[in-house]
Amino acid sequence: MVLACLEKENVDVVFGFPGGAVLTLYDEIYKMGKRHILTRHEQGAAHAADGYARVTGKPGVVIATSGPGATNLVTGIATAYMDSVPLVAITGQVATPFIGTDAFQEADITGITLPITKHNYLVKDIGELPWILKEAFFIANTGRKGPVLIDLPKDIQAQEGEFDYPDRLEISTYKPIYEGHLGQIARACTAVKEAKKPLIYAGGGVASSGAHEEMLAFSQKTRIPVTTTLMGMGSIPYEYELFLGMPGMHGTYAANNAINEADLLLAMGVRFDDRVTGKLDTFAPNAQIIHIDIDPAEIGKNVLADIPIVGDVKRVLAEMLKRVQPGDTEMWCKKVVDWKKNYPLRYRQESNNCLKPQFVIEELCRLTAGEAIVTTDVGQHQMWAAQYYRLKSPRRLISSGGLGTMGFGLPAAIGAQVAFPEKVVLCIAGDGSFQMNSQELATAVKYDLPVKIAIINNQYLGMVRQWQKLFYGGRYSHTNLAGGPDFVRLAEAYGARGFRVASPGEVEETVKIALNTPGPVVIDFQVDPEEDVMPMVAPNTSIVEMIGGEER
Amino acid sequence: MKRILAILVEDRPGVLTRVSGLFSRRGYNIKNIAVGPTMEPGISRMTVTVEADPLTVEQIVKQLNKLVNVLKVNDLTDETSVERELMLIKVKAEPGRRSEIQQVAATFRAKIIDISPDSMIIEVTGEEQKLQAFLLMMQEFGIKEIVSTGSVSLLRGSKVTRELRA
Ligand SMILES: Cc1ncc(C[n+]2csc(CCOP(=O)(O)OP(=O)(O)O)c2C)c(N)n1
Ligand SMILES: [Mg+2]
Repeated sequence: MVLACLEKENVDVVFGFPGGAVLTLYDEIYKMGKRHILTRHEQGAAHAADGYARVTGKPGVVIATSGPGATNLVTGIATAYMDSVPLVAITGQVATPFIGTDAFQEADITGITLPITKHNYLVKDIGELPWILKEAFFIANTGRKGPVLIDLPKDIQAQEGEFDYPDRLEISTYKPIYEGHLGQIARACTAVKEAKKPLIYAGGGVASSGAHEEMLAFSQKTRIPVTTTLMGMGSIPYEYELFLGMPGMHGTYAANNAINEADLLLAMGVRFDDRVTGKLDTFAPNAQIIHIDIDPAEIGKNVLADIPIVGDVKRVLAEMLKRVQPGDTEMWCKKVVDWKKNYPLRYRQESNNCLKPQFVIEELCRLTAGEAIVTTDVGQHQMWAAQYYRLKSPRRLISSGGLGTMGFGLPAAIGAQVAFPEKVVLCIAGDGSFQMNSQELATAVKYDLPVKIAIINNQYLGMVRQWQKLFYGGRYSHTNLAGGPDFVRLAEAYGARGFRVASPGEVEETVKIALNTPGPVVIDFQVDPEEDVMPMVAPNTSIVEMIGGEER
Repeated sequence: MKRILAILVEDRPGVLTRVSGLFSRRGYNIKNIAVGPTMEPGISRMTVTVEADPLTVEQIVKQLNKLVNVLKVNDLTDETSVERELMLIKVKAEPGRRSEIQQVAATFRAKIIDISPDSMIIEVTGEEQKLQAFLLMMQEFGIKEIVSTGSVSLLRGSKVTRELRA
């Protein structure tokens, strides 16, 4: 029955891990020959489904057994929830008569995931299953997207029921708003026309609604510069003249100063996260704020909007494009472009000195023509990937932004590669993070997924070390990872290829070899352990109080 | 500031947990909560009293609206509405003081619903302030135990909550 529903939803692949409470479901998978990717840990399956969803825009599906299988999904579900990724998780549950008795492998997974799902269900009757599955996919992939969990007791899986799949669905209590209010749109257009220093601040909502073309057209027509958050990276081509880079804690001088000076901020599909805003009451102090978001609760949550527009960014922008007239922004554009030129992101790679992580990423970008699907783990390397991998299109930087989940990169790369077998999928991993899900190398090898894994090996939990250096008097409490595994041999043990690069001269050749090697490849880049991510804004200070990032 | 929210929810398992969980994890303080059926089968009504500033209340309402089982949320505070809470109070009542207690109760239109040799149970309904005033009077005799329903509230006039603009 579940499988029949998945067919109806055009699910072409599921990720998962079996167990006692999903034996029947797995038997169906076996009999129907459904494409299923077996990971080595349920967390890996959840991140893989998430990665698949982020690159395709279709909901990812993950299956796990009851109890420990289900709880192993939790980090993956929370990761998807924070980044508004459509995910449908199906967990086995003990048979209904045993629920609530602390039965073997029982865990109240609907209770546990209540705060990290958009919605969840415990199926109590086989007759409910078709509409619950239909609703689950609908809720996961509409409005502000997010994970939905279905907990399916073992006895119910085994029941036969009439299969009556609803074609359409009307949930009276769930009605996302897509069209922006025309009056508000008109007000926004007037504000744009009058503004002298407008700025677009765009986030994950732009990619998620597929509004990148409208946004570029809007920026070109109105001559308004753009900054994108980590989640919005790629929504505007990196090389676009009015693109200022990322704002916030590790943002560029140009982006942060533009926010500070702007008289109009067009916030699109963003949630004013503290990593972007710094100290809230110093954020965009001079700006009127237009906030476009599909989730009404985001508007006014952290920052009050002068012109709130609830709606789908793509539709709202399309509507605005019809009406908007450009204001006079040439002076402003010149100013921000000068900032961009005079205060670029910088590092220094001496030709024969130790390898700089930023150089590695720039080379990876160059050698993949900026067209790889890049997944990351969490830490310094993630920020460098965002800063130095010059993306051309959206849905190409796959990173855990909201939850900041170490160990996300490899399984997400697996999901992305399953979705696009022909594309180059590059996982920019941290040496610490990689070890949180390195078992998924087995999955990549088993399914012959040619993911290329670049471990930015600084022998440290580098991002934490950086904070210890700057804010904790250099007391490096438990952040040194030296002596860790030999990643080349680890790769080989799994049946993947492994390379090591320790000097700048070796980068190009090794990356080229790796890209031309079929199957999964690990490159252990032994980089300068002392390197910090710059510029940096100390937490809870104004984003123009930046450390590093001096004038060129 | 005290606000009263009327929340219409689908009568599904776990819906109370979903609502109360939302309040606790986002750090909103529930002063009291009352749940009961409505005239429509399958729909329950929760009345939640919170202590929060207007911006927080706006955020609470938006977050509640995102819950899939929530049909409608209304802030009844600024509407003209009637509010009632029912309280049962077990108070010490030696035979010599019974008539005194009866007098106070009569003034508050409270009902004595049980008498034992040394105590009484009194039922009182009203708005929070009235109940507070009554409790204060009863303290003099010695309160042994209280229980209350939490407040419930309806709009005055013919308007019903479902018709209000969200
Ligand atoms: C699961 C998890 N645990 C802890 C953290 C806290 N944390 C954030 S960055 C970081 C260091 C990551 O080290 P590494 O993967 O080597 O990346 P680097 O910063 O060195 O590039 C840690 C421990 C986290 N984000 N996720
Ligand atoms: Mg590291």
